[in-house]
Amino acid sequence: MTTRKYLVLAGVTVFSTLGDSLLARGMKQIGGISLHDFSGLLLAILNPWVSVGILLLLAFFASYMSALSWADLTYVLPATSLSYVLVAVIAQVRFHEQISPTRWLGIALIAAGVGFVAAGPAVTSSHPASPADDFERNAPQRHASREQEVQP
Amino acid sequence: MNGLYAWTAIALITLAATTGDVLLAFSMKRVGDVGEIWKTKGMFAVVARILATPTFFLGVAAMAVAFYSLLFGLSWGNLSLVVPASASLTFVANAIAARIFLHERVGRRRWIATLLVGAGVALMAL
Repeated sequence: MTTRKYLVLAGVTVFSTLGDSLLARGMKQIGGISLHDFSGLLLAILNPWVSVGILLLLAFFASYMSALSWADLTYVLPATSLSYVLVAVIAQVRFHEQISPTRWLGIALIAAGVGFVAAGPAVTSSHPASPADDFERNAPQRHASREQEVQP
Repeated sequence: MNGLYAWTAIALITLAATTGDVLLAFSMKRVGDVGEIWKTKGMFAVVARILATPTFFLGVAAMAVAFYSLLFGLSWGNLSLVVPASASLTFVANAIAARIFLHERVGRRRWIATLLVGAGVALMAL
């Protein structure tokens, strides 16, 4: 794992959180759109919060696709789940929402899960068409022994 | 009856989101390391290789189905049930599907991480 790859994973986390919050903020400003009024949905893009939110979600999709090109799905999903924690932190800071003890427990579990998966190897599957991950290419023996450790 | 509708939506969202994630992960593994291709052949080579992968579009279509199921689910059930239940079930379903279809070695470490995150996401909604 290089610094660039950790930055991509951080991008997945941050872009999805910010994109969702900006989109939610913009849609609340516009108010309810009925399903029959399709033009209302198109005009929603004119709202600056909505358009920046869509741009951020496009950035999320690009970084997510990039991450999936060199890391396992079962690595990327837990590794980027801090976005759920980020949502709670943003709600706390912006709207002064109290974080309940159950939510703190949820935050602790998610953080523990992220730590658990991030300490292991990023890629275990070997697809014939894909070039090997640089981690695998540089240290095949280390990779093999590390994977054996986590096998039950 | 309302509960049955909500859980039908949750099952639909989980199924569609898992299908989408697995198809997208499969497609991107076929495309190869995007960063490497970008460095050696440029951005257009990356876009061209992704657009030449049919399973990528199937994955995007499955994601669209998941999104619309979520919209319907929100009109049938509670926000505080549908969103966390489908999110945490998708984490677990993805681990099973990645093991079966993508041949990822989901060892003890990843199972623990997946279950911790799945439980954590469910707790965040309480």
